[in-house]
Amino acid sequence: MLRSLLARLGSLSAVMAGVSLITYGFVFLTPGDPAYTILREQRQSSPSAAEVAAFRAEHGLDDPFLVQYGSWLTDAVQGDLGTSYLQSEPVTSLVLAQLPNTLELALAATAVSVLLAVPMGVVSAVHRGTWIDRASQIAALVGISMPNFWLGYLLILVCSLWLGLTPVSGAGTLGQLVLPALTLGTGMAAIVTRLVRASMLEVLDADYVDTARSKGVRERLVVYKHALRNALVPVVTIVGLQFGTVINGAVVVEAVFQRPGLGTLLVDAVFARDYPIVQGVVLLTTFAFVVTNQLVDLAYVALDPRIEHRGERP
Amino acid sequence: MSKSTPELVPSNVGLGGLCRRYRRFALQTNTAIRLGGGVIWLLVLVALVGPVVSPYDPTTQVLEMRLRGPSLAHPLGTDALGRDVATRLAYGARVSLALALAATLVRLVLGTAVGLLAATGGRLVDVLLMRLVDVQLAFPGLVLALVIAGVLGPSLRNVVIALSIVGWASYARVVRGTVLSIKARPFVQSATLYGTPWHRLVKRHLLPHVVNPVIVLATLNLGTVVLAAAGLSYLGLGAQPPTAEWGSMIADGRNYMRSAPWLVTAPGVAIMATVIGFNLLGDGLRDRLDPDHLNDRQRRRT
Repeated sequence: MLRSLLARLGSLSAVMAGVSLITYGFVFLTPGDPAYTILREQRQSSPSAAEVAAFRAEHGLDDPFLVQYGSWLTDAVQGDLGTSYLQSEPVTSLVLAQLPNTLELALAATAVSVLLAVPMGVVSAVHRGTWIDRASQIAALVGISMPNFWLGYLLILVCSLWLGLTPVSGAGTLGQLVLPALTLGTGMAAIVTRLVRASMLEVLDADYVDTARSKGVRERLVVYKHALRNALVPVVTIVGLQFGTVINGAVVVEAVFQRPGLGTLLVDAVFARDYPIVQGVVLLTTFAFVVTNQLVDLAYVALDPRIEHRGERP
Repeated sequence: MSKSTPELVPSNVGLGGLCRRYRRFALQTNTAIRLGGGVIWLLVLVALVGPVVSPYDPTTQVLEMRLRGPSLAHPLGTDALGRDVATRLAYGARVSLALALAATLVRLVLGTAVGLLAATGGRLVDVLLMRLVDVQLAFPGLVLALVIAGVLGPSLRNVVIALSIVGWASYARVVRGTVLSIKARPFVQSATLYGTPWHRLVKRHLLPHVVNPVIVLATLNLGTVVLAAAGLSYLGLGAQPPTAEWGSMIADGRNYMRSAPWLVTAPGVAIMATVIGFNLLGDGLRDRLDPDHLNDRQRRRT
């Protein structure tokens, strides 16, 4: 157990090393001189050579790449992600200020997705091949295929503009959370529904379910006690894995609802070429994503001891 | 679950075998393939014919005709600059399909090459390449694409580059897994013992087995790319005005939601129909071509 934990830690650090290198290297994809482009973007006019030189010196852009990367990484590991070019505030505090908004949205969306997906998946599997099954599969297909920013506008159109039930934008109140959470949760729900259905079908075919039936347990009890419990094991982990989807979705959904959050912070920083913020947000979200995946893998083994060694591949 | 699949029979190798196999599969369609294929054909038709038959220009502004509702002359109404929405949708179909094809093709070629090298190269090559794959998959996809496209500067070309850099790793994983399982089979072993050169081994014995899972993945990927590209364009990183593109049409229409809801609705339906088409086609093809499909969960290494 300890050995496998250490191995995981090792591969996690290796991946994060690569991730940080790429994240830091983005800046150098900027066409031309990054300092010149950043300044031009900020001032909306061409900066003088002296200004560019001053900017380069101030932000250490004259150092060789590896030196810059090394000092950025050393600081980042200690929780210092540098200073924003535009707002001259530490990136870490900017990110921490936005984190609660995005977390709130992520949790609410996950709740929505589970509440929608588990009943739909179970009903679909129990009534396999009937119109109920087909309807829920079509709903899942539509949910997966819908651009979530468009769903957001449809919800705004119906719930806010036509029915006047919820506010259009902003964050803070419960009312302002409902539509973004529904928007983000629906896409996730579609994926989870398919998984619940598949997992449930597999379990319903298992011998112990037949045994339970043949000893006369009522069907309702068979489905909800014997089958569902076991079917939910992979689902729990998949919901964890959806974290990456949540971050992806939050970028767009926050833009639709003009909600403050990590996504809005990132998009604004990308357009303003405020690279310290971009690098900080990407590094943090990716780190969170990688760690969640590892935790989910561990949880998977913990929840279902049968699969301890199945994950190993040749 | 795992039944012996016909495509693993050694006689089915090489280009001739491939053609034979596809002729057989062409007869074995299912509802999902027919439905999805139909939607995609319709879309291709719209993209090719729509702009030719439309009497309107997608970018010329006709300000006296702005924000008209659906009518006979303008079946889907006009936008805030008086341009015909239906015409712009047809031009947008060209952009979306071309972009999805381009990005998916780059992903496919890059990922297949990496996966092949990892599976057939030495241990060190394998470890290094798969670490690279792990790193790519560690990023939340849209975030990475957003940043790459943003740093390169907003344009359609950069969106293609960004979406190609982001998605290749899953191909590498699929190809590597498939090749590793094929490599252990007697016909490959005997070919190796026989002294078959590497490129011939790859071309005749390994690649034909990779085709099916890769085609399935690519089809499903086309849908994801359409969604991602629309998202990036919506955020302002893709097509720049006045180019007609579905994502940016939604972004343009959002300020007129109350007075002209069709401006947001129509491009959204177009995106959704496209993605449904590719997803159906991909699901159907998977049932046909890749019955022993491993889901991503089983493939994951990190």
